Amino acid sequence: MAFDIKKIREDFPILKRKMNGKPLIYFDNAATSQKPAPVIDAEREFYEKYNANIHRSIHRLGEEATKKYEEAHDKASKFINAGFEEVVFTSGTTESLNLLAYSLGSEIKEGDEMVISQAEHHSNFVQWQQLAKNKRAKLKFAEITDDGTLDLGQLSRILNKKTRIVSLFHVSNVLGTINPIKKISKIIKEKSNACFIVDAAQSAPHMKLNVKELGCDFLAFSGHKMLAPTGIGVLYGKQELLEKMQPFMFGGEMIKHVTFEDTKFNDLPWKFEAGTANIAQAIGLGAAIDYLNKAGMQNIERHDAELAKYCYRLLDSMGDVEIYGPEERNSLVSFNVKNVHAHDTAAVLDSEGIAVRAGHHCAMPLHSLLGIPASARASFYLYNTKEEIDALGEGLKKVSKVFS
Amino acid sequence: MSENLDPGYTGEGMYRENIIDHYKNPHNKGSIEDADAQFTENNATCGDVITVQLKVKDGIVKDIKFQGRGCAISQAAMSMLTGEIKGKSLEKAKSVKRGDIVGMFGIEIGPVRTKCATLGMVAVKNAIKEFELKKVSVKEGVK
Repeated sequence: MAFDIKKIREDFPILKRKMNGKPLIYFDNAATSQKPAPVIDAEREFYEKYNANIHRSIHRLGEEATKKYEEAHDKASKFINAGFEEVVFTSGTTESLNLLAYSLGSEIKEGDEMVISQAEHHSNFVQWQQLAKNKRAKLKFAEITDDGTLDLGQLSRILNKKTRIVSLFHVSNVLGTINPIKKISKIIKEKSNACFIVDAAQSAPHMKLNVKELGCDFLAFSGHKMLAPTGIGVLYGKQELLEKMQPFMFGGEMIKHVTFEDTKFNDLPWKFEAGTANIAQAIGLGAAIDYLNKAGMQNIERHDAELAKYCYRLLDSMGDVEIYGPEERNSLVSFNVKNVHAHDTAAVLDSEGIAVRAGHHCAMPLHSLLGIPASARASFYLYNTKEEIDALGEGLKKVSKVFS
Repeated sequence: MSENLDPGYTGEGMYRENIIDHYKNPHNKGSIEDADAQFTENNATCGDVITVQLKVKDGIVKDIKFQGRGCAISQAAMSMLTGEIKGKSLEKAKSVKRGDIVGMFGIEIGPVRTKCATLGMVAVKNAIKEFELKKVSVKEGVK
């Protein structure tokens, strides 16, 4: 299918909005993406036509809601080439990764080792740090080289038979770098018996994922960064591992049978979905996956990488802009205008209708490593264009002028 | 559709000449060697930091100095605030509100940037709070 950006842009109602009389240029996709009409419609249709609780109500609405919810599960499984039993819906990447820290964490003992990288998002950082503290386990850090990529040699050296968990980002939300997950999976299997977890929050929206090829044990991502509503996300886990794991939350759908003495938990994937699910959001995720598949994940990957490269080169040519990370990157560029705080940069860009993120992007340890308090970040998605990046370039000239 | 849902939206108008001037040439930047009170306040969202020091005599702020780094809004607001507080009573310094900062700026500030604009104000209030607590404990110690 042709990748028709004009048509794609028409599907996103928010892109019609004017900011200060100027068209909205939305470059904060790594924080959350905008939503196309089919996703908004799918949520509305659920509430207007078949709102009911799932898996329990024996009436027409309940049956319809359950069918649509399970269809969304099926779409999410196929989206990453996983089995139906291997995909659990959560509220997002953060909950997925916390579920793992809680459930796998119960098996961690004093002296065990865990590995994360220096560039993790706080959502793949703090729970492991706290788990290590609580269990007197050791948390080791895979280092980032000067060019912003993961040091695979150093990673290999810190792995050993005591390593129980390795949890790494797929695409960095600050540097835009892509970790070679397949290669890393191999290194981990050679050197340890650790579970390998992949934080795919920044990769799932932009590239075709195949968990069988990636070779990881677990993978987590959020719906809202890939056109779906907030409050819905995915945890993938290999079936044999999910079967062995203890549930994270109890009650509701995760139960099969309860007596006064004990409880039998439900089958996968429902064992990990306690309480009433975020049904409308899940159905919205299903619609988002349909939309992405129609546009073609390969097309999106090519488009987003091309924009990132175009932006990198434009900013690099400006002279007074410092860029973080290498030229080879996925879908975003973090930068600072020299001698201007990222917040001020973002505020001036905002007056031009350009939305970028400014701050530490939930990666404070990485920012301290880079030696900066904050950075501005432009992150792209399927509806963005090179013309919009040109406008960013003009906006940055204005930033320099205001603060010169 | 209405252009700006946020009534506090001022866009680049935020960077008026007086604000840029305070940012580039801050008043009362530096340190006091024998300060009576000191406090450091951080803004976690953007990494802004302000350390304020006070010299107090007879309930009056005799001197105020600050050090810090951060966005133009946080640093300019602190610079302006020091001018307002110097020579005034502690009571007066404690009573500064968000609205007073908005008044000094001459423009409305949106909810997100309010954190930046009031960072110095919070630091001053905390410095005074600690100073007063210390005084109480010293008095009790004498008893």
